[in-house]
Amino acid sequence: MSLPRAVLALLLRDLRLALRRRSEMLTPVLFLLMVATLFPLGLGPDRDLLVSIAPGVIWVISLLACMLSLSLMFYADLEDGTLDQLIISRWPLPVLALAKVGAHWLVSGLPVVLVAPVVAVAYGLSSETIGVMALSLLLGTPILSSIGAIGVSLSVGLRRGGMFLSLLVLPLYVPVIIFATAAVTASLEGFSPAASLYLLAAMLVLAVTTAPFAIAAGLRISVS
Amino acid sequence: MNKLTLWFHKLGSPEYFYRFSGKLIPWLALACTVVLGWGLYRGLFVAPPDYQQGDSYRIIFIHVPSAWMSLFIYVAMCVSGVVGIVWRIKVAEIVAMASAPIGAAFTAITLVTGALWGRPMWGSYWVWDARLTSELVLLFIYIGVIGLYQAIEDRRSAARAASILALVGLVNIPIIHFSVEWWATLHQGSTVNLMGENAIHPSMLWPLLAMALATKLFYAFNVLQRARVMLLDQESNKRWAQRAIGLDMPGSAA
Repeated sequence: MSLPRAVLALLLRDLRLALRRRSEMLTPVLFLLMVATLFPLGLGPDRDLLVSIAPGVIWVISLLACMLSLSLMFYADLEDGTLDQLIISRWPLPVLALAKVGAHWLVSGLPVVLVAPVVAVAYGLSSETIGVMALSLLLGTPILSSIGAIGVSLSVGLRRGGMFLSLLVLPLYVPVIIFATAAVTASLEGFSPAASLYLLAAMLVLAVTTAPFAIAAGLRISVS
Repeated sequence: MNKLTLWFHKLGSPEYFYRFSGKLIPWLALACTVVLGWGLYRGLFVAPPDYQQGDSYRIIFIHVPSAWMSLFIYVAMCVSGVVGIVWRIKVAEIVAMASAPIGAAFTAITLVTGALWGRPMWGSYWVWDARLTSELVLLFIYIGVIGLYQAIEDRRSAARAASILALVGLVNIPIIHFSVEWWATLHQGSTVNLMGENAIHPSMLWPLLAMALATKLFYAFNVLQRARVMLLDQESNKRWAQRAIGLDMPGSAA
């Protein structure tokens, strides 16, 4: 089997496993919808207020939604020995790790990207701002999956790994949320969001190219 | 092998490191006390009050050196961590992990002294400014590194895992350093430049530099002391460690 086919096989396997547990797949989206409903209930339905808090609120909820499923990323693989097989296989572990990250993003990141605009409509954002928000989520959520996978790879063997994960990962998410919400807020106030979006895209490239190596190193330590 | 490389290789041996650091620590501690005393005296009693801030500015003699150390120790921890990961040197792993709590303490001191100064000067203990927020994130990363190191059973895997986390968090360091230039922050830009014009009077600069040196010395003797204890703990079944604490039982594992 060639490397691209191995990566594809791993990706399809993860997607197939996710499809068999549909309730788990729906969790991030349901979380996003329900928490987004709580904010107008708690703060009152003042339209101006909702519009001004929408970029931050929707982004923070999306970030937490992506984190929900993070702890499961390598857990089953560690339990049933798949992880050991991946590590001793003849393909480079960073590339396989990237396939795992891709599968995680497709299962929990992409649904959030697709549903967040619906929430944004409910918060009364203009269609132009919603477009910027969708773009910022499209660029930002893969970064969340990549950085999150580093945290998971380091804590997967721990008994209280899930609790730990937020401590490890949230500080590293800070730059993402800063630039993503800066882009949406700029568009909201009538400025060009281009600068923040470009920075976000640069961060995406950096995360996707370097995170797999950290994930691979983390997995090797966790399994040993 | 030349002398320096030889010395460096020897330093990787826990026993040699233990003896070497034991000799070094009293001198570092003494130097730290002297420089710290001089710096504090010159800074708190001799340096003139600021023409705008009065005596409140004197907190910079604590705040600025602590802030420098919060970044310096992080980088030192990462360098030591890389050495530990790449060459599997136990002493380097331990030095990296011994650095983390000291760095976290300096970060906390920076945040607290900054808040105390901010209250009379800015009218608020805390603002969500890029400099302040990134320093707070640094504290969280330190806590994450310490937490991960504590959580993993095997001490060596724990040190390697925590070092990797520290390396990932390294991206935050330039953000903190350049935050006052990249964003329009309430926190002022730096007044001290090693090269070029200083925006601070020598009567204030020298105590500040003395405090910077004193905090470095403080870190040096503290990290060595911590590393010695951690080494003894991890190597407690080795003969050199038992001999070091005056407990040399015949027949114990070498």
